[in-house]
Amino acid sequence: MSKTILGLILGGILGIFDGLSALVSAPEVAPQILGIVLGSTFKGLVVGVLVGFFARKVSSLPLGIAFGLVLSLAFAYLIAAQPDPQTGKHYYWEIMLPGGILGAIVGYATQRYGVRPTPATN
Amino acid sequence: MKGLSDATLGHLGEVADWPDLSSTKYEAASVLGRGGMATVYLAHDRDLGREVAIKVIRLPEPAPEIAERLRQEARILAQLEHPGLVPVHDLGTLPDGRVFYVMKRVRGRRLDEHLRDERALSARLRLFERVCETVSFAHAHGVIHRDLKPENVMVGPFGEVLVLDWGVAKLSGDGDAAGPASGLVPGPPTTAHGTVVGTPGFMSPEQARGQPVDARADVFALGRILESMLADHGGPDAEGPARVPRPLASILAKALAPEPDQRYPGAREVGEDVARYLSGQRVLAHRESVFEVLGRLATKYKTPLALIIAYVLMRAALLFWRGR
Repeated sequence: MSKTILGLILGGILGIFDGLSALVSAPEVAPQILGIVLGSTFKGLVVGVLVGFFARKVSSLPLGIAFGLVLSLAFAYLIAAQPDPQTGKHYYWEIMLPGGILGAIVGYATQRYGVRPTPATN
Repeated sequence: MKGLSDATLGHLGEVADWPDLSSTKYEAASVLGRGGMATVYLAHDRDLGREVAIKVIRLPEPAPEIAERLRQEARILAQLEHPGLVPVHDLGTLPDGRVFYVMKRVRGRRLDEHLRDERALSARLRLFERVCETVSFAHAHGVIHRDLKPENVMVGPFGEVLVLDWGVAKLSGDGDAAGPASGLVPGPPTTAHGTVVGTPGFMSPEQARGQPVDARADVFALGRILESMLADHGGPDAEGPARVPRPLASILAKALAPEPDQRYPGAREVGEDVARYLSGQRVLAHRESVFEVLGRLATKYKTPLALIIAYVLMRAALLFWRGR
């Protein structure tokens, strides 16, 4: 499996899991859980692809983890910056911190596993 | 009349032993090392303009079996092409009847000297793996070294590992070796049945008794080499005996088993088990407890484990924070 595909799959799975975990960390958002899970999954897929692509180009475990962390934090910020439509409240910590760590996990996995394309030879 | 001093006698002996290479294209420059039966000289190849090493029998009138042993060593090395073996360029006889062979001049330090500066266990084990790879290659070609020891392993400046001194190596079919078949043609036996060859301390019990040996005798010697590598690993300031991890202790015990049947069948298996240890896999020689399995997996996957724990802790902390 290529690193990009691995990042996509892992990012998507962890995104679903992260979205569902909102039911535990913030039960009051239960009515919006479908939108949260979809948003979180989409974020996971995008971050996963980008982190996987980064892993194809750069072979460094610390850099891969750092890239996943920063990218995921950035995407999580975009989501967290949207206030809750009913309460107007922002969930910066609840969304960004766990989301960032999941990005780091995808960064680790794509560096450690998955196949890097071999350079073309004549 | 005043007698000659020891130093003078030694010098005279050295000069007398200096090979007459005038009939060859080589020119001896200095002594690289001395073994029990031969001396290795640094020499210059006049035709190709390069440095080579020449191994020449030391005795002025060499016994036929010693000459044959050197020839066999050269033939074995010439036919075994491997990065861990010194390539042989030429084999011949000097006008005084001494057999010699020419090989690539290798640079580096003996393993025992190298280990004084290399204390990290993982680096030492990687070196050991390389030794096993070379010996395993020889075993696959039906050659048993029979004198493996740290002094016969050289570590190059770029970490390359060379197994040297195949002077008492044995080919399958020599009579007392039972290695796998190979493309090498066995020469006449160079050691009579019951003859003890090797180095005390590194010889397997059966070898020390002069009994027939096979690849498992080399496994025993590899065990001794591993033992010496594990003896003082750790930091340069480490005090007291270093702790040997249990899986490595099990590898050691299996390699050093008194009975050949209880040892690894060959060098490849020893190297593979050490490689398993290095990559965090289960060592075949060691029966792990549940705690050891958990500890090994935790060590192997420490980064993702730390990330998952961080995630769970983060979630727990946020729950706690919201619950206040």
